[in-house]
Parts: sequence; structure tokens; C-alpha cells
Amino acid sequence: MEELKILLKNIHKDESKKLETYISGGGYEALQKALSKKPDDIVETVKKSGLRGRGGAGFPAAVKWNFIPRDCSQPVYLIANADEGEPGTFKDHILMEKDPHLLIEGMLIAGYAVHSFQGFIYIRGEFAEIAQILEQAIAEARQAGYLGKNILKSGFNFDINVYRGAGSYVCGEETALIESLEGKRGQPRLKPPYPAASGLYGSPTVVNNVETLACLPFIVREGPERFASIGIPGNTGTKLFCISGEVNKPGCYEFPLGVPLLNLVYDVAGGIRGDRKLKAVIPGGLSTPVLSAREADVLMDFDSLAAAGTMLGSAGVIVLSENASIPEIALRTARFYANESCGQCTPCREGTGKLRLLLERIFLGSGEADDIRRIMKICTSLKGISLCPLGDAAFLPIFNFVEKFHGEFEALIR
Amino acid sequence: MLSIKQKDDIRKKAKEFPGHRSVSLPALYIAQSGKGYIDRKDIEEIAGILSISYAELYGIASFYNLIHRKPIGKFHIQVCTNISCSLLGAEHLLTRLEKKLGIREGGATADGIFSLESVECLGSCDKAPVMMINEKFHEALTEKKLSRILASLKEKAE
Repeated sequence: MEELKILLKNIHKDESKKLETYISGGGYEALQKALSKKPDDIVETVKKSGLRGRGGAGFPAAVKWNFIPRDCSQPVYLIANADEGEPGTFKDHILMEKDPHLLIEGMLIAGYAVHSFQGFIYIRGEFAEIAQILEQAIAEARQAGYLGKNILKSGFNFDINVYRGAGSYVCGEETALIESLEGKRGQPRLKPPYPAASGLYGSPTVVNNVETLACLPFIVREGPERFASIGIPGNTGTKLFCISGEVNKPGCYEFPLGVPLLNLVYDVAGGIRGDRKLKAVIPGGLSTPVLSAREADVLMDFDSLAAAGTMLGSAGVIVLSENASIPEIALRTARFYANESCGQCTPCREGTGKLRLLLERIFLGSGEADDIRRIMKICTSLKGISLCPLGDAAFLPIFNFVEKFHGEFEALIR
Repeated sequence: MLSIKQKDDIRKKAKEFPGHRSVSLPALYIAQSGKGYIDRKDIEEIAGILSISYAELYGIASFYNLIHRKPIGKFHIQVCTNISCSLLGAEHLLTRLEKKLGIREGGATADGIFSLESVECLGSCDKAPVMMINEKFHEALTEKKLSRILASLKEKAE
């Protein structure tokens, strides 16, 4: 199966992170084109393209932009969410490391569309070296007149500041990210108000995922119809699929949305290590419910996966072979969310902690007959009652691990 | 205690943000850039520069995993033990490291050269198992590769 490289078209070039390389591949042409139009036309173009947010929720990008109030007296801020922390996800890492100007051009287009003059890249703290690559690319772009005042003599002013997080998964949630960027503990806010009404420093704010922003240069340059012709209806464009776990050729691959999951596993990623049998696939990062091998015959897009009872999420595909122990993975999942819960909401803090304790004792062989029922009760009764989805991101997958593989849990209790 | 240069760097950095409080994370990074961690005095001094309370800044410092409030080794080893790395033997590598360094996860060697910590997903799962030493990623680890990395670091430390 041949990849369709739109976002990844530059990454294998020599010196791919350099401005010259980016320009020689048609870089910053889209910016020039965008600046010759009205900001509203860009919003309309993105609307026509059908672009849905690549961070996990799949919310239409143009609709999110349209929530920004018109003619508002406050500054509008644009934030690129580069806090890539969803286990199994490494696409933004590759995009920023290999092709930083793609993100910069995407931010310029988004900034122009929403009348912003200041952008931030909130990057996870562990990506210190990538933050430096971005800083260098920003300096190059500034030098060449793509950032700063009166960009390409259009009268548009825009600049970008890189802000390094410091090791916190919850900061990927947009209001926690904003709190963190304001220099506080990264604890999610009560919504509404949404960031579009009151975000960074109380100003209207758009938060877009790195990959979402990276789609914009193609959409503007090639036209929304071209983008919309890729993928399947309602799920347009290409998507970066991060394949990891027990496959022969793990990696980040670009395909149109709607690619069959089994093709990704067997053709693209070379099948399972040691020719073992497939047990299960986590399709969209650790927070998305697992698919058992017999459920894995699905298409990889927002709507098909929702219909299959799971989510595309960040498209972090984790492949599990017959050797994998589901109770062990469930325990690791519970530990992760218990570690990363910010502690603000009781259902999330206590629920993830309790799940960890129950799964630990089952795993160590001291589980009680009633423990499976206890786990299921926590997962169902504490769902949807915290400020952000972090707790649910534990409850949903753990519920599915236990429900779909209850035999493995029962075997440990007996 | 912060050096004069660190204080200047913090004040300079604060000007980059529309809200000066945003500098609290960069300031904590600047403060720990010297000795690898921050102490009570550092927090007091930064809080003074930012005009916020000690308690509030301590709350911020304690929220983030990469802000260290106790000494770490000259080489701080962070091993990812999340699912994709675990499936490919991360726990085994962590045990090997504990044995080779003679310390437990969360500890540091007596000479202050190495400290070891297991961490959550580092976002490099296609090259699992993965670890970070200070700010550098080490990927597709095997036992052999691990021994080589440790040997070269020990050499550097001498």
C-alpha cells in the first residue's frame, strides 16, 4: 500500500528543517496566497475542506475558529498544542523535528484567519531539543520576513513564542494548557467559558493541534476541494498514523482517513513480530477503548471508529499480540492515569487511584472474587463527572479491557 | 540561591510574555539549570521576582515532573515504561539499569553521577524502548546498547 505524503512530504529530504528546503518544496506559497485574501475567506476555505481537529476530538477546525468573537477589542491568541503526550503517539514529534516550517506556516495562516497577532507553541518539556529546532526555524522565518511586522508587505503582523511545558500529561487538555502557559499549575478550568470566549490571559484563544495546523498550507495552496477529495465523506484529508507495539515495522505513516486498520497492521507495519497472532489493537492512543482481534476489521476514521465503540483519538495505534497480558496492560493504564490525574476532581483522583489498587492486587494474585464487579462499577459510575476527560480516559479503556478479556482477569483471581 | 545572571535571565524572559507570570515555568528551568534541582531559597527568590507567594510557586514547582526538588545525578536517566515500551522490554531494561548502577528506581548513585527514574510515554514509541538522559533521547534500546551508553557516560564523568 502506497502512502499519500502531504504532511510528511519533506521529512526525508536532506536538511529538511531548513528554510531553503521548505521553500524549494513550495513552502510559504500558501501564506502568500492566504494574505491576498480576506481572513473570512480562509475560514470559509477551511470549512469547505472539511478539516477536523487532529488532536483527538475531531471537532471541525473552521467551526472552532468561528467561535472567536468578531471585532473584539482584546487581542486574540493562537496556541499550537504540541504537548504530545498520549501514549502511543509521536506524530507531532516527527513533524516539528523534521519540518518545523510547516507548523510555522500553518500557524501564520490560522493566525491570519482568526485575526491574531501572537501565537504560542506549547511544547511538552521532554521535547527540549525539538523546542530548540523550532526556535531556530522561527528565527529563520523572522529573518526572511515571514514572521514579525508587516509580513510580505501585507500589513499582517504575527509572531510566535515557544513555551516549554515541564512534564504533565493533563496539560494537553486545552484549558490546562492555558493555565500552564499562564505560569500556573496545569489544572483544567470549568467550562464554559470556552477558550474562544476567555482563554489565555482572559482573551479569546484558539488552541489547535500541531497536525491540524500542518494541514493548512496544503488546503490553502491546493484548494479545499482537493483536500476534501481525499479520505471519505465527513473524514477528509490524510492522517498521520503512529503504529507501535508488537509490529515488525513501527513508524509514523500517512494515509487518507478511512484506511483499513488491518492493512495498517499487516501491510504497512509488516505484521506482528515473530508471526504471532493478533490479540488486540488500541486504535487511537491509550485513552481509546481497545478492539479485540475480531473487531479489528474497521476503517480508521473518526466516524467508523465511533461506530465501532471506540475513537480515532490521536491515531496512536498500539498493536498487541497473543503474548500480551491484558490485565498487565490494564494495570499499566490505571497507573498512568492515576499518576497524571491533577487531583482537582474527586471522581478522577479517587477513581483512578482505586482502579490502580484493584488492578494491582488482581495482578499480584490477591484479587477478590468481587473485584471485577468493583472495577466495572468505578468505570461506569464515575464517568463524565469531572472537569476534563482525563478520568474518563482511564475509565473507558479499562472498562473495555475487562469486558472484552474478562477471562484473563478471572484466571488471575481464581 | 540564584546567580545574578539567572536573575537577569528570568527578568529578561518575563518581558517576552503579555502576562509576566507566564515566566514561572521558564524561571524554574533557569533556576535548576545550574545544579540540576531547585531548593527552598531558589523558590523564595523567584517568587520575589514574580511577586507571588512562596506557597503558590511551590505548588507550581511540585506540579511538574521535570522540575526537581531534590538533587539528581549529573546524568539523569528517565526510562519510559508505558505500554509501547513495556511491550518491547522496558521493564527488563530498567531492572538491568538498577543492577548495573546499584540503585533502585527513584534513587541516585552515591557519587552523584547517575540517577534513575521510570517515566510515562516520551512520544517516541516507534523507536521503543526509549529513555532520556538529561535532554537527549536514546532509542531502540537493547542490552548491548545500554551497556555502551553507560560506559561512555562513565568515561565522560571521570
